[in-house]
Amino acid sequence: MNDTPANGASQDDEEIILADLSDEDLVKQMMDDLYDGLKDEICEAVRIFLDRGWAPYKILTDSLMEGMRIVGIDFRDGILFVPEVLLSANAMKGGMEILRPLLAETGAPKIGTMVIGTVKGDIHDIGKNLVIMMMEGAGFEVVDLGINNPVENYMAAIDEHEPEILGMSALLTTTMPYMKVVIEALKEHEKRDEIIVLVGGAPLNEEFAEAIGADAYCRDAAVAVDTAKELIARRHNQPPAG
Amino acid sequence: MHPWRGKPDSLDSEEVIQGSPSARSATDTAQSVLIIACGALAPEILLLRKKNNWQHLALRCLPAILHNYPKRIPDEVRRVLSEEQPRGWGSIFVGYADCGTGGLLQPVLNEFGVESLPGTHCYGFFRGTELFDQEHEDNPFCFYLTDFLVRHFHSLMWRGLGLDKHPELLDTYFSNYQKLVYLSQLDIPSLRQQAQEIAKQLGLAYEERHTGLTPFAEALNPALGDKHESQIKS
Repeated sequence: MNDTPANGASQDDEEIILADLSDEDLVKQMMDDLYDGLKDEICEAVRIFLDRGWAPYKILTDSLMEGMRIVGIDFRDGILFVPEVLLSANAMKGGMEILRPLLAETGAPKIGTMVIGTVKGDIHDIGKNLVIMMMEGAGFEVVDLGINNPVENYMAAIDEHEPEILGMSALLTTTMPYMKVVIEALKEHEKRDEIIVLVGGAPLNEEFAEAIGADAYCRDAAVAVDTAKELIARRHNQPPAG
Repeated sequence: MHPWRGKPDSLDSEEVIQGSPSARSATDTAQSVLIIACGALAPEILLLRKKNNWQHLALRCLPAILHNYPKRIPDEVRRVLSEEQPRGWGSIFVGYADCGTGGLLQPVLNEFGVESLPGTHCYGFFRGTELFDQEHEDNPFCFYLTDFLVRHFHSLMWRGLGLDKHPELLDTYFSNYQKLVYLSQLDIPSLRQQAQEIAKQLGLAYEERHTGLTPFAEALNPALGDKHESQIKS
């Protein structure tokens, strides 16, 4: 991120009192702090905005999600690397923990439900957890199945939660083919047409997603959010069957 | 024959070693096999070359640091293949497995008509791919290290994951693992001790599975053509 700090570079060495900042400057400062992975500062700023009467949804979208969007762009462009993104995500998680209960109370818009899990034989969940956080931030309810999930876990969660979206993650070349097992099970149970299947993970690519019959490959969490929104909107715009 | 111009298994060196075209006659080159390999495999390949007197084997390595950036491997292999194929080697073999490229290395191999190591990663061809796959299926909660990865753990992994600056990320990376499995190629007590210390540092149980070099030598077999003894010394 190349933006200058909210109050100018000359203040880099001075302590910034978050509560003294205007709304506009505090939003910018939050984005800087999110970029720098400063969890305590993010939590403090969220509380300040709540005290100022901001709606939780507005805090989430204007500062946290926007900040993470910039983190995502710089990760994609090779300016930030995994450790920095994880620190930013950890900071956002701190803010989300404060906002999550309030979002439900204040009737924040809900776009849809996603069931997501890492596939059987795979215990890697860093990317999946980033997706969960960004999807929640974007207004999705997310059911996290965790790691090492056999097909039965996915099918049971789909039956229980009736999600619009199924997300599957894998980091290993050996485990990514298992996604096709799940997709075939969806077909077998005549649920494939009812659900959007998004897949992701370091060794995956668009060709693989197409080959196994997923709806889309998402190369990062921000793309997952955009893709999920787009595919849900497209589905809503379809004429009713029959 | 070129002497080493750098440490054999350093993370970022790219070396043409043991029989570069400039040092050999065209006839030698035409009768030689070039292995284009991950730098992490150089010590083992050279050891096998020495033990088996594989004089017809030349080796060119790509930087081992690509282990951390697998998506770059296909383009790097393509670049080196483009340079080496016109030089008239008897054959070329690629010393990579899939190595996290998600199948994207295979089209490059097809493009140049060359073979490569089997399986998905060095863990597999050092252990034996079938055995490794079975062991991983039985317990997916293992974090694997080889001799090379133990030797370079702190530069390649600890620093690569940013843990030198942000040790608080340790749980984020490793909390799902239960056990560090050290797949040892050579029986080196100092490496064993290092592996045990790494396990302690990561908060994982420790197990060593000695692979030796036999499975790796067998995986290299397709590279050797018919110019070697039927019994490989490993």
